[in-house]
Amino acid sequence: MAINQISIFVENSVGRLAEVTAVMGDAGIDMRAMCIADTADFGILRVIVSNPKRALEILRASECVVSVTQVLAISIPDTPGSLSRVIGILADAGVSVEYAYAFITRKKGNAYVIFRVEDNERAEEILARNGIETANESELYEL
Amino acid sequence: MVSYYQPEIECASREKIRELQSERLVKTVRRVYSDVAYYRKLMDEKGVKPGDIQSVDDLSKLPFLKKDDLRDCYPYGLLAVPLSDVVRIQSTSGTTGKRVVAFYTQKDIDVWDECCARAIVAAGGDKNDVVHVSYGYGLFTGGPGLNGGSHKVGSMTLPMSSGNTERQIQFMCDLQSTILCCTPSYAAFLTETIINQGVSDQIKLKAGIFGAEAWSEEMRRDIEARLRVKAYDIYGLTEISGPGVSFECSEQTGMHVNEDSFIAETIDPDTGDVLPEGTKGELVFTCINKEAFPLLRYRTRDICVLSRKECSCGRTLIKMSRLMGRSDDMLIIRGVNVFPSQIETVLLNCGLTSNYQIIVDRVNHTDTFEVQVEMTPEMFSDTVKNISTREDELVTSMRAMLGISPKVTLVAPRSIARSEGKAVRVIDRRKI
Repeated sequence: MAINQISIFVENSVGRLAEVTAVMGDAGIDMRAMCIADTADFGILRVIVSNPKRALEILRASECVVSVTQVLAISIPDTPGSLSRVIGILADAGVSVEYAYAFITRKKGNAYVIFRVEDNERAEEILARNGIETANESELYEL
Repeated sequence: MVSYYQPEIECASREKIRELQSERLVKTVRRVYSDVAYYRKLMDEKGVKPGDIQSVDDLSKLPFLKKDDLRDCYPYGLLAVPLSDVVRIQSTSGTTGKRVVAFYTQKDIDVWDECCARAIVAAGGDKNDVVHVSYGYGLFTGGPGLNGGSHKVGSMTLPMSSGNTERQIQFMCDLQSTILCCTPSYAAFLTETIINQGVSDQIKLKAGIFGAEAWSEEMRRDIEARLRVKAYDIYGLTEISGPGVSFECSEQTGMHVNEDSFIAETIDPDTGDVLPEGTKGELVFTCINKEAFPLLRYRTRDICVLSRKECSCGRTLIKMSRLMGRSDDMLIIRGVNVFPSQIETVLLNCGLTSNYQIIVDRVNHTDTFEVQVEMTPEMFSDTVKNISTREDELVTSMRAMLGISPKVTLVAPRSIARSEGKAVRVIDRRKI
């Protein structure tokens, strides 16, 4: 099941990232995972948060430019080669990954990978066929 | 020894020039009043009849023409001859994307070429010179104007056009170019490249005719020292004809206006009152020697000073100073006219809000041109690829509209400085 990721436009200037993250921190939004894509001029901060709806509201109220994207979260064993196996499955099926980022959890021996692909349903189907389940939102928030 | 292309005009007595101007002005006014409805309307509105214009002293009775009039008359509204007599057009950008189109008969081209020929001869050129024209060719008047002038002088003309610096320098070395015609910023860039390539010794340039953008005396001295040339300023605008409306002589203290073709006035931009010579004001031109597109009292929006002080070169033509600014918001960036309203048009056409800021600077004598645009939810995406694609589309649309490419930078919403609620659209950091 796809989950909601929030993407935030971050202008490339000193202190801007601090401002944006403070907006969420001050509102008690807990980040589960984050990654930053950066270019010469700007960055895109992508986050998985405890309460996406609320996060969107307060970010918009703070005049941040935001968007919501459906991404896939997959739980994998925290062992060498396990990420490669999942990506290999997607690649073999011709699914291209726009971007991905991973995080480990307090639950020992386990890691999560976030995938952004063109077609979530198709990717999910391919993964399921290979015995890999995607995580749902509540699973992530309860980490 | 000082040479002139047409000494009978360039060194004519004041009386002779006045007489010639009066005769040509009266004729031009009569003709446009009878043949061009738009002029008739403007003159009628002001209550002026052709008979009221008896000499140059009556010039101030005529109404002004503005860039907006040109836009309203686009394309043929101000054409003063049958279309079948037109042999050429040139064009420049207008205020809101609609371009200004200027028309020429064969005689108009000949007169324009002669104006440029005077500039080349004033820069020490003759038939033995190799004139290297690196102004753009095409709709831009720079290339065609100096090209035509060089033909009149009888010099071998290199129609290089702009860009391809490697080839420019190769031809300069191989064909021994002696006079370079281009924008001052491109001259500075060429100089830099020549020095970096270590080919200065193979360059035989003696003079440069640099125009189409404002430049400082410091920049002139710098190019002169490093390129080992004497650098001459030249002025013109498409509406009036192109380069060669005025040109500099060896004294390098301002540009002689080709007064047999163009009457220059300076006015107070707010009141429209004519200012005495020697007072800084907005330059206004009246074309008295053109057939197809003889603009009357056209407000250039360029600020300068006119002076009739005796010139050591022997020319008696009135001189205009280096440009001191604009009385509107037009920017000249790398020789190209840019109006902030054009940027706004592109943004709105692309479905974006018009929160933008233009930042112009000059680095190593070359203009930098950046447009900052506030990011909007419509333009935003979670992937860099999508945003970059939209950014590229913006640059392409701006290039199509302006003729030059800005660097587009996306900034946070509401980050563009607003003073009294109104955004500051232009930051020009060039020190000219």
